[in-house]
Amino acid sequence: MAAPVVVVGAGPAGIRAAERLVEAGLCPVLVEEGARDGGQIYRRQPPGFTRGPEALYGSEAAKATALHAAAEALRPRLDWRPETLVWAVRDGALLVHSAGRGESLPYAALILATGATDRVMPLPGWTLPGVASLGGAQIALKAQACTIGARPVFLGTGPLLYLVAWQYVKAGAAVQAVLDTSPFASRVAALPWMMARPALVARGAAYTMALRRAGVRIATGVTPIAVEGEDRVAALRWRDAAGRDCRTDCDAVGLGYGLRSETQLADLARCDFAFDAGARQWLPVTDEDGRASVQGVYLAGDGAQVRGADAAELAGRLAACAALRDLGVAVDEAEMVHLRRRLMPMTRFRRGLERAFPWPAHLAAALPDEALVCRCEAITAGELRRAGGEYGAPEVNRAKAFSRTGMGRCQGRMCGPAAAEILAAARGMPIEAAGRLRGAAPVKPLPVLTEAAP
Amino acid sequence: MTAADVAIVGGGLMGAATAFFLRRRGLSVVLLERDLVGSHASGTNFGNVRRQGRFLPQLPLANLSREIWGRLPDLIGDDAEFLPSGHIRVAFREADAARLEAYAREARPHGLELELVSGNALRMRFPFLSPEARMASYSPHDGHANPRLAAPAFARAARREGAIVHENAEVLSITKSAEDFLVETSIGRFRAPLLQVSAGAWGGRLAAAFGEPVPITPHGPQMAVTEPVRYRIEPVMGIASEVVEEGVYLRQVKRGNIVFGGGVRSEASLDTKRARLDPLNTLRQLPQVARLLPAMRALSVIRSWSGVEGYMRDDIPVMGPSAKVAGLFYAFGFCGHGFQLGPGVGATMAELIATGGTGVPIEPFHISRFATAEGNTR
Amino acid sequence: MTGLLHRVGETGRSAVRIVVDGAEVAALEGDTLLVALLTAGARLRESEFGDGPRAGFCLMGACQDCWVWTEEGGRLRACSTPVASGMRVVTRGAPWPRP
Ligand SMILES: Cc1cc2nc3c(=O)[nH]c(=O)nc-3n(C[C@H](O)[C@H](O)[C@H](O)COP(=O)(O)OP(=O)(O)OC[C@H]3O[C@@H](n4cnc5c(N)ncnc54)[C@H](O)[C@@H]3O)c2cc1C
Ligand SMILES: Cc1cc2nc3c(=O)[nH]c(=O)nc-3n(C[C@H](O)[C@H](O)[C@H](O)COP(=O)(O)OP(=O)(O)OC[C@H]3O[C@@H](n4cnc5c(N)ncnc54)[C@H](O)[C@@H]3O)c2cc1C
Repeated sequence: MAAPVVVVGAGPAGIRAAERLVEAGLCPVLVEEGARDGGQIYRRQPPGFTRGPEALYGSEAAKATALHAAAEALRPRLDWRPETLVWAVRDGALLVHSAGRGESLPYAALILATGATDRVMPLPGWTLPGVASLGGAQIALKAQACTIGARPVFLGTGPLLYLVAWQYVKAGAAVQAVLDTSPFASRVAALPWMMARPALVARGAAYTMALRRAGVRIATGVTPIAVEGEDRVAALRWRDAAGRDCRTDCDAVGLGYGLRSETQLADLARCDFAFDAGARQWLPVTDEDGRASVQGVYLAGDGAQVRGADAAELAGRLAACAALRDLGVAVDEAEMVHLRRRLMPMTRFRRGLERAFPWPAHLAAALPDEALVCRCEAITAGELRRAGGEYGAPEVNRAKAFSRTGMGRCQGRMCGPAAAEILAAARGMPIEAAGRLRGAAPVKPLPVLTEAAP
Repeated sequence: MTAADVAIVGGGLMGAATAFFLRRRGLSVVLLERDLVGSHASGTNFGNVRRQGRFLPQLPLANLSREIWGRLPDLIGDDAEFLPSGHIRVAFREADAARLEAYAREARPHGLELELVSGNALRMRFPFLSPEARMASYSPHDGHANPRLAAPAFARAARREGAIVHENAEVLSITKSAEDFLVETSIGRFRAPLLQVSAGAWGGRLAAAFGEPVPITPHGPQMAVTEPVRYRIEPVMGIASEVVEEGVYLRQVKRGNIVFGGGVRSEASLDTKRARLDPLNTLRQLPQVARLLPAMRALSVIRSWSGVEGYMRDDIPVMGPSAKVAGLFYAFGFCGHGFQLGPGVGATMAELIATGGTGVPIEPFHISRFATAEGNTR
Repeated sequence: MTGLLHRVGETGRSAVRIVVDGAEVAALEGDTLLVALLTAGARLRESEFGDGPRAGFCLMGACQDCWVWTEEGGRLRACSTPVASGMRVVTRGAPWPRP
């Protein structure tokens, strides 16, 4: 029997990709590490929880419900593999791990819809209990009905910063402050791009207004200094736009500066990457429809470029169309033209977001030598700088070899973007010259007890 | 055009250590490395500083090297995390135990003392070993080091001593005039009356260009590492077996991670300069390492990798003067066991280049062994 | 000591008991192990490198900072493991190596 088309990731992109394949009469495999479909934004709560879609997804409730319904309708028509981690890629096959068993899963075409995680810039104290990523803060609420603290501060930049803060206010948390590293002026300057999706701009403004009305302090153009506390968060120190040192008592910090694409599998599949100056990230190269540089590999959703959930659904469908076409299945050109056209304003909006809420690269140079950069291996900024200085590492992989930055359990997901900035700043070179951490299998820890399936 | 007494092609551990020791002998050196120093086999290997199990005539060189490993802080100002915490080879079968006994007997006259441990003594000494283990051959003064640090540390020390070290300098061609080698590289031309080829798996191509082809094949031994746990496992350990899949080895670094490798090798390419790790081989290693060290069953693997290594048909390196070209020297094709030898090879090659002779015997490694009909069918 | 995380709803689920470092901890069915541990306390584990306690970070299975041990010496990623009645975990002193 011929190998199936395999879709990795059951978020908006993966579900819509699988749906399109099923429409064409195929029976794809849909692999998802989590127990349930939905992905990040439309993440489902566990069985037994009773909140309705409105409470969970707010303005996006209808889309969430529609996506979940689509996923359920697909279930009998495809090979659904939840709780299955793709941990490696080898010529024409994925290596998957599920319930202690390791198996090779051949594919005729591969659609990677692996999403994104928070992009973080470390600061002293960021490993203290009580500091969570912004996305993590939202997941606690959405999937577990918990807040990360009773008196949290939200620090970082991007639309998620305001959204999560507002969700916390609604949940009854006494949000102490929303601290944005981006100056307000950059938001104004980005408007021409942002107005590609006026409804989203209006929604963003509404969250800010609602926060202000709730009495939450909002500051833009801030400089984070440190998280303080003995064995857990007690306060956040920061500097306001006027240069005044501030200290805000709190019991938790939600931290995040936008998202970084989850690209390890594309790397292991040997896709070419290119530096994206707007995102200041290395991203897999794709054509407009999601074809990667390697034949038979397609990318969709935030894992290819962070354009948000609506774009992920469209891009998933578009990538499936491209894969079908390449497999010799007829696809109406009009359908693809339509999808491409609808994605255009979303791409433009993404460029606006990058301008409005820029990744605070400048903070890397100021990070004190003692600050931990790599959480997994407990490597400090000083050790990383030494690898770049005294040891002469010209790029991140060499710096990793010397200092172990990015060598731990998370494979540099958390520290990688910041490590590249720190190295580039220390060596006085442009960020693209620092390169990107090469992916390595297993992309997430693999138990030694894994039994190889025959 | 830069001139020096010696030009070294290839900045792995062999080239870097040779450069250092040549400077110590007062010769001027230019080291030419295509990529970054120690970024190939020398920087990706398992880190075993092991003597037992080697080809017996290689033991004098390995003993010299072991002695230098112990002096690295004094010598180059960096210990490369060398930990002489002992090394054991573990036999699970009667036949393998018999081979360990024979090797221990034969190694003694070559200056390597091994202790054979079995039965209750084995459980007492190495309680973490599998209860199935029959016998261990213990080499108390061997150990392990961090491969990512060793070659760069030698290159930095060589530079401090006055060597010229060029990275991102690929040697494109070499011609020999009456008295000098003219070395054409991606960053310019160099000349020297003496030249060493220490280009690892790529050494065969350069030797062939000098009319001395050798049977060398690249392979990629497969490595992986677990998450960190408390430092408990002192000796490096490996399974002594003739079954390829069973031939795994492991070591715990002081920070706690357990590095392991061995078994089936992966494909490696001289052109892409990469070894393609096969994740199926990682899966094959897991039951073997869990058999050797049952406590590992609780851990998770966090990373795997491989590197390009040159294997000679007879499993021993090419080392010594060229048989054809005066002033030309070789040290390449270390067949998966060159990390331990590196410092000793550097010292010995520097001695050979500077004086024409060596304190330890290296005749078995001479390239001429492949020039004869007998050598070519070996 | 109060827990790090605070419940703000969905408290009508049935109770589940787990054992953490030898002491019973009350959780709710559907909790992740991370939530069970951090509504009751303020740490999940100790950094292997002596820089203090850790309590996870990303909550979505990316950062790998929330692995805990079972008493039997198994590994669980707390943010993505649902609690089960009778689960026994340790947050200090990994059970390694075991004879
Ligand atoms: C925590 C978080 C919160 C967010 N909240 C919002 C929000 O409130 N509003 C908003 O507009 N946008 C939000 N976003 C952005 C939004 O999630 C995305 O735009 C959208 O979900 C992207 O869809 P996707 O299908 O590309 O990826 P995702 O929804 O992220 O889905 C990717 C899926 O792939 C799976 N996966 C990844 N790697 C593997 C692997 N190796 N093996 C098996 N499975 C794998 C993951 O488990 C995941 O389910 C959020 C993002 C994050 C990370
Ligand atoms: C995965 C793995 C595990 C191993 N484990 C062990 C172990 O545990 N113990 C042990 O003793 N040994 C081990 N080995 C073997 C050991 O690593 C090698 O034998 C040793 O490092 C060889 O050193 P080298 O300097 O000869 O080669 P390399 O380190 O490969 O260096 C050769 C250098 O030459 C350069 N070069 C090539 N062509 C040119 C050119 N034209 N111009 C300029 N430069 C050039 C290359 O870029 C390279 O840097 C292992 C090897 C591998 C790959």
